[in-house]
Amino acid sequence: MDVSAEPLLQLRDLRVSYGATLAVKGLSLTVRRGETAAIVGESGSGKSQTVLAALRLLPRHAHTSGSVLFEGMELLTLSQKRLDSLLGRRIAMVFQEPMSSLDPLFTVGSQIGAVLRLKAGLPRRAAYARAKELLDLAGIAEPGRRLHAYPHELSGGQRQRVAIAMAIACNPDLLIADEPTTALDVTVAAKILDLLAKLKQSLGMAMIFISHDLGIVRRIADTIHVMRNGEIVESGAATKIFANPRHDYTRVLLENMPRARSHARRDAPVLLRAVNIGVKFTLRGSLFEAKRAFTAVAGVSLCLDQGRTLGLVGESGSGKSTLARALLKLVPASGRISFDGRDLAGLDRAAMRPLRRSMQLVFQDPYGSLSPCMRVSDIVTEGLRVHDPAISRKQRETRAALALEEVLLDPELRHRFPQELSGGQRQRVAIARAMILKPRLVVLDEPTSALDRTVQIGILALLEDLQDAHGLAYVLISHDLAVIRAASDEIAVMKDGRIVEQGPTQDIVERPREPYTRSLLAAALQTGEA
Amino acid sequence: MNEPAPAMPISFTAGATRNWPLRVSLFILGSIALLCLIGPLVSGHPYDQVYRDYVLVRPSLFAHPDASEIDNAIAAIARRMHVHIEATRDGETMHLTLDAEKPVDPRVLRAFARSDLFAPAHIAATEDEGRRLEIDVPLKRMVFLFGTDANGRDLFTRVLIAGRISLAVGLLASFVALTIGVAYGAVAGYAGGRIDSLMMRAIEIVYALPFIFFVIVLVMVFGRHFVLIFVAIGAVEWLDMARIVRGQTLSIKQRDFVAAAEALGATTPAILWRHVIPNAAGPIAAYLAVLVPRVILLESFVSFLGLGVQEPLTSWGVLVADGARNIQGSIHLLIFPALFLGATLGALQSLGDGWRARA
Repeated sequence: MDVSAEPLLQLRDLRVSYGATLAVKGLSLTVRRGETAAIVGESGSGKSQTVLAALRLLPRHAHTSGSVLFEGMELLTLSQKRLDSLLGRRIAMVFQEPMSSLDPLFTVGSQIGAVLRLKAGLPRRAAYARAKELLDLAGIAEPGRRLHAYPHELSGGQRQRVAIAMAIACNPDLLIADEPTTALDVTVAAKILDLLAKLKQSLGMAMIFISHDLGIVRRIADTIHVMRNGEIVESGAATKIFANPRHDYTRVLLENMPRARSHARRDAPVLLRAVNIGVKFTLRGSLFEAKRAFTAVAGVSLCLDQGRTLGLVGESGSGKSTLARALLKLVPASGRISFDGRDLAGLDRAAMRPLRRSMQLVFQDPYGSLSPCMRVSDIVTEGLRVHDPAISRKQRETRAALALEEVLLDPELRHRFPQELSGGQRQRVAIARAMILKPRLVVLDEPTSALDRTVQIGILALLEDLQDAHGLAYVLISHDLAVIRAASDEIAVMKDGRIVEQGPTQDIVERPREPYTRSLLAAALQTGEA
Repeated sequence: MNEPAPAMPISFTAGATRNWPLRVSLFILGSIALLCLIGPLVSGHPYDQVYRDYVLVRPSLFAHPDASEIDNAIAAIARRMHVHIEATRDGETMHLTLDAEKPVDPRVLRAFARSDLFAPAHIAATEDEGRRLEIDVPLKRMVFLFGTDANGRDLFTRVLIAGRISLAVGLLASFVALTIGVAYGAVAGYAGGRIDSLMMRAIEIVYALPFIFFVIVLVMVFGRHFVLIFVAIGAVEWLDMARIVRGQTLSIKQRDFVAAAEALGATTPAILWRHVIPNAAGPIAAYLAVLVPRVILLESFVSFLGLGVQEPLTSWGVLVADGARNIQGSIHLLIFPALFLGATLGALQSLGDGWRARA
């Protein structure tokens, strides 16, 4: 990076407030021509707010003050017309969720073409040809054919590539990428990062890269600004920040997952054994179409000892969650499952009910897994209402308080509604709901994916403490190898509904046999830790 | 511009305080309901009392009778009694002097009592062997705020009584629709698959029945009865509710907290009651606020056809129909019930919109 290059975008004392709440508190930063600046911080730290405020894209009731200079032009006071002519042409954005940033009603080609016609004034035919070039540039195979595809016909990674192609359509001087890889699988995310780095180089544009993950940023950023609570707590050259972080918070963000677990308990009795599990869904077509079967899980066998953790890794759509639900008999599956020596095959819903006590489930999304209409105490004690209908309301309250204490939450939170809690608190509530029944097997379906890194570490530590205290067996599902490696004794790698590789954690991480496992590990190493 | 729309940060947009339409509609509804409850008790007129002397009186804040009404009434009585009457007014009492050729039988003075303008008369003095009578007749003071209808009944009382009926029908029939619809829809949506298809096809069959045909059959079988209106309207209106609740249930049952409840071993009724219905409450409430005005309208339609509320009981629909018939002579008969009906429907409608926006 050329440090002496002229500044392209300068934010000075930028403040964003919503009523009395300050979302961004007097932030200043400079992005030079050709530089990649990363803004890193946890959710709610004001990263996106900063950028949206600078481009005046915030909702009306947000109040922005300060100064935003783009090549010496003050964006905050620029007329709407001139701002519109800048956006898309000189400054372009890529958003986190490619599905919602593309219009589902138009083909990819016409959406990119529209940008070119409106912003670059190209005639229809030339726009079409250029759109094809752009898709090619964004690394989409068969760009001529993909031009006619609708967004839903593309995969997540392809959609993000289309969004990038659209953003670079007019050769912008500044590309703002707001968590462009967060919604994608690790292997795909790594490719998108490569693409962004390559494009930045070849087009010579500056980039603001917003992310919650310092690991991702390392590969791409020249300078890093670490944000917390609407302020920049540390900024500097990327190499310097990684080599010598000065602020405590940066150090916390840099802290990696604990390396592999130490305890190895052997000779524990087998708790769960599954043989040749298969799950098929029938997709109902229209009236005259034949039903089609979709195989989500095929021929999976696994075995879990008491008090141990089995990690299931795989990308989205590999059948991990379906397998987990099949193991708990929440979806109909073929094959044999035995739990604690009992064959579950012939049990119907009512017969399963007493067993449900000992096998519990914790979900990925703590926002979706807690009913917004119930108080925390009612959520936590729902299992008691099912399994101990005799106990009184008052007893349930005390049990709820105890359960919340066990997951290190303030028992007073039991009177609140889930909306009033943070993501980490909600996930602890979800864990308390599972733990209150004193289960022996808990399936953790991506328990930390929706959470910030610092919160993830806390949740994993809690899960480990609970496991040691109660001798729990976990099936831990994640797409994040770092989490899996930190928490599991054994790893099973899933792909397309099958387990491709299975073994003790150490072996899998250090000596992967399958190429797929190797590519997963490579992607995790590239983005996550080094 | 075909740029991707900027993702609006959701976390900060909460707390918009522009809910004044909600408050205004709640206030309107509350005052109308209160007025309908208390008004008939203090208006001073029974809703079925016919004042033959006050047919189609215009609305006014002042008490009746006025001077010309008194003159006309006295003239009419004089003609009937074949006497000559001299009248002087003294506050709330009339001093009348009756002159006749033959002696006046005091019993004919009952004509005053029978009139809606006067209280019973007192004889103050008799002269000339009964050919000349001095009598005192107190005046009855009556206020017809909204005027009277073609039968001489107080419109104010009748509008409020009609409001009671219309609101009661609206609430009760909606309650019937709510109970059946929510239960049916939630069960169908949660069961899914074949049961769901079967239950929904059944709804479509009932949909195909013409509503009026249905009401007529009910009336033929059971005779005319107030309760039939609730049954008939409720039986038709739950169909939409069931569809809405089913749709909601289909999406709610995909949510993780339902799966969590299943993993806890909760029974289906418990899941429906604790998880599905509370989370569908927003759309249900919003639709309910649209349903109530629809039911009120339907009731007026049925009553208009003569299949609903029977005279002398009345509802807003009936009153509006009456008013429409007298639109040329006395427009107030149309304006007042229409105003009440319109205000109620409008307030309910905007209430529903407000709730839907929040849901």
